[in-house]
Amino acid sequence: MTVAEPQFQIEESPQNTVTASDTQLDITLDQLKKLVSPRALTGDTMLLNMGPQHPSTHGVLRLLLELDGETVISCVPDIGFLHTGIEKTHEGKNYTKGIVLTDRIDYLAPLICNLAYVGAVEKLVGVDVPIRAQYIRVILAELTRMNSHLVWLGTHALDIGAMSMFLYTFREREMLLDIFELVSGARMMTSYFRVGGLWRDVPDHFVDAVRNILKVFPQRLLDYEKLLRENPLWKERTVGVGVIGREDAIAYGMTGPSLRGSGVNYDVRKAMPYSSYDHFDFSVPLGSTGDVYDRYRCRMDEFYQSLKIIEQALDRLPNGPIVTDNRKVAPPPKHEIAYSMESLIHHFKLWTEGFHAPEGEVYHAVESGKGEFGVFISSDGGPKPRRVHFRAPSLCNLQALPHMSKGALIADIVGIVGSVDIVLGEVDR
Amino acid sequence: MGLEQKLGNMGVVTTSLEQAVGWARSNAIWPMLFGLACCAIEMMSTQASNYDMSRFGMELMRASPRQSDLMIVAGRVSRKMAPVLRNLYDQMPDPKWVIAMGDCASCGGVFNNYAVVQGVDEIVPVDVYVAGCPPRPEALIDGILKLQDKIKKEPLTKWQ
Ligand code: SF4
Repeated sequence: MTVAEPQFQIEESPQNTVTASDTQLDITLDQLKKLVSPRALTGDTMLLNMGPQHPSTHGVLRLLLELDGETVISCVPDIGFLHTGIEKTHEGKNYTKGIVLTDRIDYLAPLICNLAYVGAVEKLVGVDVPIRAQYIRVILAELTRMNSHLVWLGTHALDIGAMSMFLYTFREREMLLDIFELVSGARMMTSYFRVGGLWRDVPDHFVDAVRNILKVFPQRLLDYEKLLRENPLWKERTVGVGVIGREDAIAYGMTGPSLRGSGVNYDVRKAMPYSSYDHFDFSVPLGSTGDVYDRYRCRMDEFYQSLKIIEQALDRLPNGPIVTDNRKVAPPPKHEIAYSMESLIHHFKLWTEGFHAPEGEVYHAVESGKGEFGVFISSDGGPKPRRVHFRAPSLCNLQALPHMSKGALIADIVGIVGSVDIVLGEVDR
Repeated sequence: MGLEQKLGNMGVVTTSLEQAVGWARSNAIWPMLFGLACCAIEMMSTQASNYDMSRFGMELMRASPRQSDLMIVAGRVSRKMAPVLRNLYDQMPDPKWVIAMGDCASCGGVFNNYAVVQGVDEIVPVDVYVAGCPPRPEALIDGILKLQDKIKKEPLTKWQ
C-alpha cells in the first residue's frame, strides 16, 4: 500500500487560522509503520518526540525517536518548522534586493550567503569584480566562517555539558561582530556584498581591527584547546560516537567539515576556487574515523586556516576600486550624477527597475561554514529571477542524522546533532 | 548579608500588597529557553558574557513552558510552527508575558509571503514589541526593562 501524501501533515483549518487544536499531528498508522521498526507497533519499543522546542536541537527541529531503553533504534527528523518561503520571495525581488534575503538563510554566516548569491548573479550577468573587492570578500568570508564555528563550538559544548565554552566563544564572537558592524553598520544582517563589488570601501582602521583579531585569536584558541581537546569527559562523549564512514558520507551528499571529518578531501575553495581563493596558501583539515570528535577537530583546525588566509589577504590587500565600473549593474558614484546625464539615467534605472540579466541558468557554489552552499538562478531575461534555489549544506548533512544515530544512546543524540552543525534557517529556508 | 538583617535595623516597612507583588514578579522573570531563527542568536548574545541578561533578574532560562513566565518570541514564526507556539503559550502558568523580538515576530518583517505569520500577535497576546532585524542586545534589554515597568504597574486582579 502506498501513501501519497507527505508524512506529518498538519491539517490547515478551512479559515486558514491557527488554533491550539491544530497541534495534533495527523499521522496515520500506515505512515508510521514505514518510519519505525515493526517492534514499535507491538509496544516493544517506545516512541519519543524531541523538539521542535528543545534547547539542543539548535532551533526548531523535531526528531521522532524510537527507543529500546536508552538505545535509539531509529531517528526520524521532521523539518519545515522554520519554512520561510525565501526562494519564492526571491521571484518578486530584483537582483539587488535579493541580497537582503540571503542574509537570513544561514544567519550564522550571512556574509558567505551574500557571497554565494552575488557570485551567482555576477556569473549570470558576466561582470568582473575588482581584485581589492575580492580580497576584502575573502577576509570577511573567513571572519564569517570563524563566527559560524564559534557559535557551533559554544552551543555544541553547551549541549554536551561544557557550559563555560559558550561564554568564552560568545565573548570572542562579539569581536567579530564589531568588525562586521564597522564595515556594514549591522552586526548580523550585513548585506555588504553587492553585485560587482562591495557596498562601500572599508574604513581606514579596518586593517588594524582585523590585525588585532589575528593577534588575539591564537591565544583564545589555545584556551579552547586546553578546555576540550584532551579533556577526558569530552572525549568520552565524542570519540566513537555518531560514526559515519567515507562512502556513506559521500552517498548522503554531505559536504563541509561534516564530510571532511570522515576523511574525504573536498572543499569548494580548493575544488572550484571563487573570489580569488586560489591566490592563498592554506590546507584542508581532514579527520579519519568520522565520529563526533573528528568533526570537532576539523572545525577547530579550520580556525587556524582561516587566520592564515586572512593574514595573507591583509598583507597583499591591493588598493584600487571596490566595485566594477560596469554602470549597467553597479550604480555610479554620487558625485558623478551632478554632471553626467548618463549617470543620472543609470542611477534612476538601477534604483527603480534594476538591471536585466541575460536569459539562462547558472549555479555557483561557495564553501560556507557548513559545507557547499550553492545558488541556482534561472533567468528569463528580466530584472527579476524566474526561479532561485539554494543548495543548503545543512539540509544535506541532516539527511545523514538517522544513519549516525542508529544504535546510539539517547544522551548522545544532542552531541550528534551538534556535530553536524545544522542551522534551521538554512534547512527550511 | 541578607535583606532581613537590614530590615531588622529599619523596623517596619509598609507597602501595598500590589506593589510588593509587582516588585517581586518583575525582578524574578523566568524566560523560556526557546529560539526560532536569527533573532534567537542575538537573544543568546544577550544572555552571554558581554551583555549578561542576569543583571536584570532573569538568568534562569527554563526549557519547559511549565516553569517559565516569559516567552520571548525570537524570530519568524512559520505557519507550521504557529500551532506549536500557541500550545507552548497555553502550557505556561499564569501570570505570563510575551515579548515579540524582531520585525518578523512583530509584523512579518521582510517576509511578506505565504509561509510566515504576519506578526505573532495573531496567535498570542504580546506585551512588548522590540523592533530591529535583528534587534541589538541593547534593544532587547530595553524591551525587558519596559516589560518590568509594565509588570510593576499591573493590578493584582488582572491574573485571577
Ligand atoms: S527579524 Fe530579522 S533577524 Fe529576526 S528572525 Fe526576522 S529576519 Fe531574522
